[in-house]
Amino acid sequence: MRREGSPWQGLGTVLLKELADHFDSPRMLLLALLMVLAAAVPFYSAVDQLRTTTSEDPFLLLKLFNPGGQTLSVVAILGFVIPVMAIGLGFDAVNGEHNRRTLSRILAQPIYRDALLAGKFLAGIIILAVNLMCLWLLVAGFGVFFLGVPPSGDEFARALVFYFIAVAYAGAWLGMAMLFSVLFRSPATAALLALGVWLFMTLLWPMISPFIAALVSPPDVRYTLLGILDPQTAAWQQGLSRISPYLLFEEATRTILTPTTPSLGPVLDQIRALRGEVVGAALPLRESLAIAWPGAVSLIAGAIVLFVATYVVFQRQEVRA
Amino acid sequence: MSEPVITARGLTKRYGEAVVVDALDFDILKGETFGLLGPNGAGKTTTILMMLGLTEVSAGTVVVAGRDPVRQPLEVKRRVGYLPDLVGFYDHMTAAENLTYTARLMGLGRDVREARIADALARVRLTDVAHKRVATFSRGMRQRLGLAELIVKRAEIAILDEPTSGLDPQSTHEFLDMIGELKREGVTILITSHLLDQVQRLCDRVALFRGGKILVMGTVPELARRVLGAGFVVDVEAAAVPGKELAARLGAIPGVLNVQQTSEATYRLTADHDVRAEAARAVVAADGALTRLSVDNPSLDAIYTRFFERRTGTEGEIRDAA
Ligand SMILES: Nc1ncnc2c1ncn2[C@@H]1O[C@H](COP(=O)(O)OP(=O)(O)OP(=O)(O)O)[C@@H](O)[C@H]1O
Ligand SMILES: [Mg+2]
Repeated sequence: MRREGSPWQGLGTVLLKELADHFDSPRMLLLALLMVLAAAVPFYSAVDQLRTTTSEDPFLLLKLFNPGGQTLSVVAILGFVIPVMAIGLGFDAVNGEHNRRTLSRILAQPIYRDALLAGKFLAGIIILAVNLMCLWLLVAGFGVFFLGVPPSGDEFARALVFYFIAVAYAGAWLGMAMLFSVLFRSPATAALLALGVWLFMTLLWPMISPFIAALVSPPDVRYTLLGILDPQTAAWQQGLSRISPYLLFEEATRTILTPTTPSLGPVLDQIRALRGEVVGAALPLRESLAIAWPGAVSLIAGAIVLFVATYVVFQRQEVRA
Repeated sequence: MSEPVITARGLTKRYGEAVVVDALDFDILKGETFGLLGPNGAGKTTTILMMLGLTEVSAGTVVVAGRDPVRQPLEVKRRVGYLPDLVGFYDHMTAAENLTYTARLMGLGRDVREARIADALARVRLTDVAHKRVATFSRGMRQRLGLAELIVKRAEIAILDEPTSGLDPQSTHEFLDMIGELKREGVTILITSHLLDQVQRLCDRVALFRGGKILVMGTVPELARRVLGAGFVVDVEAAAVPGKELAARLGAIPGVLNVQQTSEATYRLTADHDVRAEAARAVVAADGALTRLSVDNPSLDAIYTRFFERRTGTEGEIRDAA
């Protein structure tokens, strides 16, 4: 059955109103502050660390985001904070309208539910993108200021790709927060469950998934004796880890921000050296992109799947309070 | 009163096994004010939501303003204004901002919008607080703001779901006056309520609704005749001369259906028209001294109470009482 009229009628109006709401709300200010403060500490330590090393490193800007080694990076912090921001913006998107009893009044206007949902989602994404852009500019700007070395074109492009991956990551979490805001009438329940999923995906899953991988595909003793991972087990581990958006984000951004091929341990490095690969050489941007691509696409796909699920549930939902 | 603007045929809503709205048939005519009355859980709100395409129709059809709300929801919603029960607004926005938002959703251009909003706020007497945040508004003010939205919309059909519930008598009165104004402008109005005497003032026709079914439908006097057995109750107080059989004489008046002697000198007549003049004559003819004569217009409240009593109680009992 075809519906008359455009499903996007009213989208612009909803979008503008939601944006204005976000900009006016103390919540958004709080979330932005949280993000900047959380990023300040690792940023500062990265600057500190980089100043002591030689400034001959060709990837100074990228090192600001992700200095490598044991230090906590801006990227790792973002992996944590972005979901909190996205959940904070989305957890009461639809149930809030229900509870304020505005939903039936708004849907009695000549618009489809599509416009309301899409408007809210887009507004959330735009807010997150703007916040991340501010943070990105702060890091890049201060970094150049403190270190005094302008980034190369390649470096700049990588940093920009990182930004888009971060926005996709934010979109996936926003989609989940909005799905919960449709599924649960109480915003508190939606927020708690979303935060629960976040904790599980970011803290527990990275610990649990190797165990599950080892259970599903027990590593061969020969590999274990050599002190390296059975490739089959490793494949399972990687596959399982990709369920978590946090690990996806980590993986994708690591390849983009760390152009030098990572060390895979002494034995494997030797094998690779024998095969003519240079450990520690910089990978061209195109190859980094090729490696990061599936992860980034998975994040975008995740955001879309979650949005569609939200849409389907919302379409069949009762509007009455 | 001419062609129907809302037509329901076999309109049904089921939630799983439960039939909430059961094969409704009704027509609401252009310019008419129609009251849908029934106890809580009767299915009134569900019926309204189906008319707006806000909930799926399980069976049957409803046509609103010549359109099918399932296939052409935007066309229907452009023409119909809906004031939900317990209407809500965005508390952090002002009254004018709230109206601006919905006016933009209606697709009104800037100039039209501003003029209509100012006009609507004036009509519901909210001009003074147009730029105050809705958080500070009382229940009555919110309800009026909801009505202002329908005025901005220039709705052909206004659907008001329990618009006076939770209002004090003064606000109720004012609010009903505002609805009356819409009615005079020719807007077709569908109103649901429990507050019957107030709705009675406004409605051209009412339907008594329960368990998802319309039980009776018609004008108030019509319903009175059908439910109470008569439309008019005349109280006669007269000291009768013994042996003159005043009760019998009163009963013999054409149109009187029942005479009840409520005390030694008072009689209650139920009749299908106003029989005061004949009753007075009968008292005089019986050499009685008439001390009081009054007529009650049929009250929707009485009809409603009687009707739903009858549904739960036994039929005969009510007949006798009437
Ligand atoms: N989503 C639902 N699932 C199952 N039953 C429902 C649902 N929504 C409403 N009902 C039932 O439908 C019936 C009619 O509800 P409705 O809100 O239409 O009544 P109403 O006449 O508007 O009552 P009120 O005067 O209380 O507003 C109620 O018995 C209610 O329990
Ligand atoms: Mg109701």
